[in-house]
Amino acid sequence: MSLTQLSSTSISSSSSAFLAAPTTFKARNQNVSIASKKLSTCRCVAAPQEQKTGYTTKVSRNANMAKLQAGYLFPEVARRRNAHMLKYPDAKVISLGIGDTTEPIPEVITSAMAKRAEALSTREGYSGYGPEQGEKPLRSAIASTFYGGLGIEDDDIFVSDGAKCDISRLQMIFGANVTMAVQDPSYPAYVDSSVIMGQTGQFQKDVAKYGKVEYMRCTPENGFFPDLSKVSRTDIIYFCSPNNPTGSAATREQLTRLVQFAKDNGSIIVYDSAYAKYMSDDNPQSIFEIPGAQEVALETSSFSKYAGFTGVRLGWTVVPKQLLYSDGFPVAKDFNRIVCTSFNGASNICQAGGLACLSPEGLKAMSEVIGFYKENTNIIMDTFNSLGFNAYGGKNAPYVWVHFPGQSSWDVFSEILEKTHVVTTPGSGFGPGGEGFIRVSAFGHRENVLEACRRFKQLYK
Amino acid sequence: MTGHWTQLPRNANMEDLRSGYLFPEISIRESEHIQKNPNARLIRLGIGDTTQPIPDIITTAMAEHAYALSTARGYTGYGAEQGNMDLRMAIAETFYKGTGTKGDEIFVSDGAQCDISRLQMLLGSNVTVAVQDPSFPAYIDTSVIVGQSGKLEEKTGKYSNIVYMNCGAENNFFPDLSTTPRTDIIFFCSPNNPTGSAASWRQLKQLVDFAKANGSVIVYDSAYAAYISDESPRSIFEIPGAKEVAIEISSFSKFAGFTGVRLGWTVVPEELTYSNGFPVIKDFNRIVCTCFNGASNIVQAGGLACLSKDGIQAVGNVADYYKENAKILVEAFASLGLKAYGGKNAPYVWVHFPGMSSWNVFNEILQKTHVVTVPGRGFGPGGEEYIRVSAFGHRESITEASMSRMVAIVTTNLSKNVVCFIDAMATPGYCLAEAYVLRKLHNDKLKRMEEEKAKIDDDELDLEVKQQIGCFLSIFKKVHPARAVLKDRAGKEAQSLHS
Repeated sequence: MSLTQLSSTSISSSSSAFLAAPTTFKARNQNVSIASKKLSTCRCVAAPQEQKTGYTTKVSRNANMAKLQAGYLFPEVARRRNAHMLKYPDAKVISLGIGDTTEPIPEVITSAMAKRAEALSTREGYSGYGPEQGEKPLRSAIASTFYGGLGIEDDDIFVSDGAKCDISRLQMIFGANVTMAVQDPSYPAYVDSSVIMGQTGQFQKDVAKYGKVEYMRCTPENGFFPDLSKVSRTDIIYFCSPNNPTGSAATREQLTRLVQFAKDNGSIIVYDSAYAKYMSDDNPQSIFEIPGAQEVALETSSFSKYAGFTGVRLGWTVVPKQLLYSDGFPVAKDFNRIVCTSFNGASNICQAGGLACLSPEGLKAMSEVIGFYKENTNIIMDTFNSLGFNAYGGKNAPYVWVHFPGQSSWDVFSEILEKTHVVTTPGSGFGPGGEGFIRVSAFGHRENVLEACRRFKQLYK
Repeated sequence: MTGHWTQLPRNANMEDLRSGYLFPEISIRESEHIQKNPNARLIRLGIGDTTQPIPDIITTAMAEHAYALSTARGYTGYGAEQGNMDLRMAIAETFYKGTGTKGDEIFVSDGAQCDISRLQMLLGSNVTVAVQDPSFPAYIDTSVIVGQSGKLEEKTGKYSNIVYMNCGAENNFFPDLSTTPRTDIIFFCSPNNPTGSAASWRQLKQLVDFAKANGSVIVYDSAYAAYISDESPRSIFEIPGAKEVAIEISSFSKFAGFTGVRLGWTVVPEELTYSNGFPVIKDFNRIVCTCFNGASNIVQAGGLACLSKDGIQAVGNVADYYKENAKILVEAFASLGLKAYGGKNAPYVWVHFPGMSSWNVFNEILQKTHVVTVPGRGFGPGGEEYIRVSAFGHRESITEASMSRMVAIVTTNLSKNVVCFIDAMATPGYCLAEAYVLRKLHNDKLKRMEEEKAKIDDDELDLEVKQQIGCFLSIFKKVHPARAVLKDRAGKEAQSLHS
C-alpha cells in the first residue's frame, strides 16, 4: 500500500507572486467578534505517514479509503484557519469559509426543545426509542410545509440527523456497483461518500477527477446547468439546487429536462434542496414540483441552514413510493431498512425543535433569520461586483461564487487569508470545475460581514 | 402514473437481508396484537427500551443548552465532528480510567447502532467477520449490507462468510476460541445482548491474545457495562494489549435512558493499525468527518451532565432500578422451573425452552399472556430455543409480568415449581404477583413457625397442591409435565371464570 497516496495534491503549497509579507491589519471596528470555536486538533491532514515499527494487525486498510486524496474539505479549511490564528494571535479572523450559521435560534424553537428535554424527566413525558423514521407529527409537518400538494405523503418522509448523514445512508443502500454523476463543482460529500463506498475508480491527478464518476460541468458559460446532451448515463445523479457552492438555482424548465433525462436513462436523481428557502427567484423549491419526478427522484434537505441547526442536527429525506429499482422493488423499502439498521432515529429533543420550526411562529422566525443571511449575501455580492469581479450566485443561496480567472483557488484562498484574515473556501475543493473560483459564505454576524467586505475592498481596490 | 421503473438494479446485498430488522418486526407484531386485542394490557419486555425518566440534573443541562442557543453568546453552529472535547475527555476519565485512553481517541456519536455502520463503511467489503451466536443483529445485518457476509445458507440460517462463534449454556456463553477460524474482525459484546453473560477478565485476555495471534481487530460492544454486578471487566481496554487489537463502542442509551435522546461513542486507540501500518483512527476520523456531522450539541451537554459526579450517581440509581427488575425476572423464571441465564450483569434474561421454536414460544407468550419478549432466533441460529426478556419497564409491569400472568405454583414443600401458561389464558388479567408475594410470605412464615416450633393452623395453609388436568398448552408439556399447583385463591377464581 503506497503511503504516497496520502500526500495531498489538491492543497496548493506553492506561494504565488501575490503573497507578500503579512500586513498587520488594524481592525477598524474593535468590537468585531470572532467565532470563538475551540482550536480543536483536526486529524484530516493528508501528510505522509511514517511506517510504525510496532505491532500491526493483519487487517488490510480499506482500499477505498486510500483513494481519498486528502481530508474532507471543510476540516481542511478549518485546519488552515486554525493555523492562521496561531500565527496571528492578534488578528481578528473572520470566517466566511465553512457555511456555519452564526445567528441565535429563535426562542420559539429552543424553548420547544428545552421543554421536551424537561419532559423527559417526568413519567408521562419520558419516551425511549422513537420510530426510526421520525415522529409522526414532524413527518407530517414536513410533508405539508415543504411538499404540500405535490403528492408526497407523511410516510415518504424520513427524519434524520442531517443531510450529510443521509447521503451516506443512501450510498449504503445503493452499494458499490452503481455509477454516479455529480455537478462539477459540487458539495464534496457526494463524491467522497461515493469513493468510500467503492463506486469510483482511482483519483486521476491530471484532471483532478475520480475514475468512473461523471462530472457534469457547471460554469458561468452554461448558466451553471449541465449540458445534458454531453452527459453519459449513470445510475445516480446528484443534483443540488440552489447550488452549493455556485449559488445557482435551476429553473423549472431545466429541472423538467433533468427529470426527463433521468427518465430516459432509468436513473435516480438525488436532489439536495438544503438551500431551497434562500430562493429569491420563482424557481422550484422541490424536485417534486416537476411532474414525473416521483418516479425518478428522491430529495434530501436539512434544518441546518433554515433554523441554525448546524449543531443541533436535524434533516430529512423524501423517498416517494413510486421510486422503483429495475426489478420493481421500491427504493423506500430498502431505505427504511437502512434507517432501522444503521440508524436509530434523530434525537427526540431535536425533533421537538423541528416541529416548532414548522409552526406558524417558527416559520416566520426562520424566514427572518434567512432574510438576515440573504442581506449578508447581498452585501458580499455588491462588494465583489463593485470591485469588478464576476461574482455569481448570492441571489438564491447564501453563497457567492467569485471568479479569479487563471488562478489556483487554493492560492487565492491563502492570499485572502494571509492578507485580509478572512477565511473563504477554495473552489477546487468542490471539484475541478471549481478551480479559479472562491466560495464566500454569507453566514456571519453583520458586523463581521461588513468588516470582511471592507477588507476585500482594501485588498482588491 | 406511468409505472416507470428505473434501470438501477437493487443492491443485491439488501436482498440478502431476507427480512426486516429484528426489533421493528417485534414492533409490528406488538401492533398487530394490540389491534386484535384492544382491551389487553400489553406488557413490553421485548425491545430493550428504557422507561424510567432521565434524572433532572441531566435534562436541565440539555434545556439550558437549548435556551443558550437563542443567545448571541451561547449560540454555536457546527461542532467538531468527533464531539465536544470536554465530553470526550469526560468519557475517557469516567469509563477508561487507568487504561491510558485519551480524549482524542474518543469519537462521540448519536449511538452505537450508527457507529456500527460507520465502522462497517470504514472496514469495507473485503474483510471477514466473526460474531457471537447469538448476537445483537446489527453486526450481521450491517455485514450483509456492506457486502462482507456472503450468501445466506437456508439450511443453517448462517451467512457463508461469517464465522458464528457459538455461545451457549454449554460453554458458559464464551466461545471456544481453539476451534474458531481466523477472521479480520471479531464482534464481541459484553455484557452480552441477548444472553446477558459478561465475560471474565481471563476470558477477555484469551480473546485479546487470540486477536493478537491472528492479527484480528475486535469490535467490542460495552453498551451494558453499567449493569455489571461482579468483577467482570467493563472495558476491553482493561486487558493488557487490547489497545493494539480492539475498538470499543458504547452508548448512553442504557446507561442514562438516552434511547430517544441519542448519544454514544467509539474508542479507536491510536496504536491500532492496519497491516500496512496506517492508523485506523485516521480513517475513522475521515469517515466521521464525511459521513457524519457530529452528535447534537444539546445532547452532548446532556452527556456531560451524566458524567458529573451527581450525574453518575443519578443515572446509577436508574440502572439499579432496572437491575432490580432483572433480579425479579430471574427469580421468577427460576421459581417456575425454567432455566434463566443472564440478568445478573445485564438487563436481559435469557430463558431456555428446550426443544421449542423460539418464534413459537414468543407467539404463545404474546397471545396467551400479552407479554412481548424477543425470540432468541432473531439473534442468530444459536438463539433458537431461547427467549430474551428485557428488564426495562416500570416495576409494576415487571412484577406483573414476571409472574407474567402465569400461575405461580408452589408446592407445600416449596421444592417443585411448575408453570402453567394456559392458566394465564384462562384467567386473563389475573395478577399473580400476589401469588408470588404470598408464597414468599408463606416461606418466611413457615421458617418462623419451624423456629418457634408452633403448631400450624390448617387454615393458614392457603397453598396446596392441586393438579390441573389439561392446564398446559401442548407445547409446554415437554417442559413442565403434569404437576401443576394453584394457589387456592387463584384456583377458585380460575374455576369461577371457567364456569
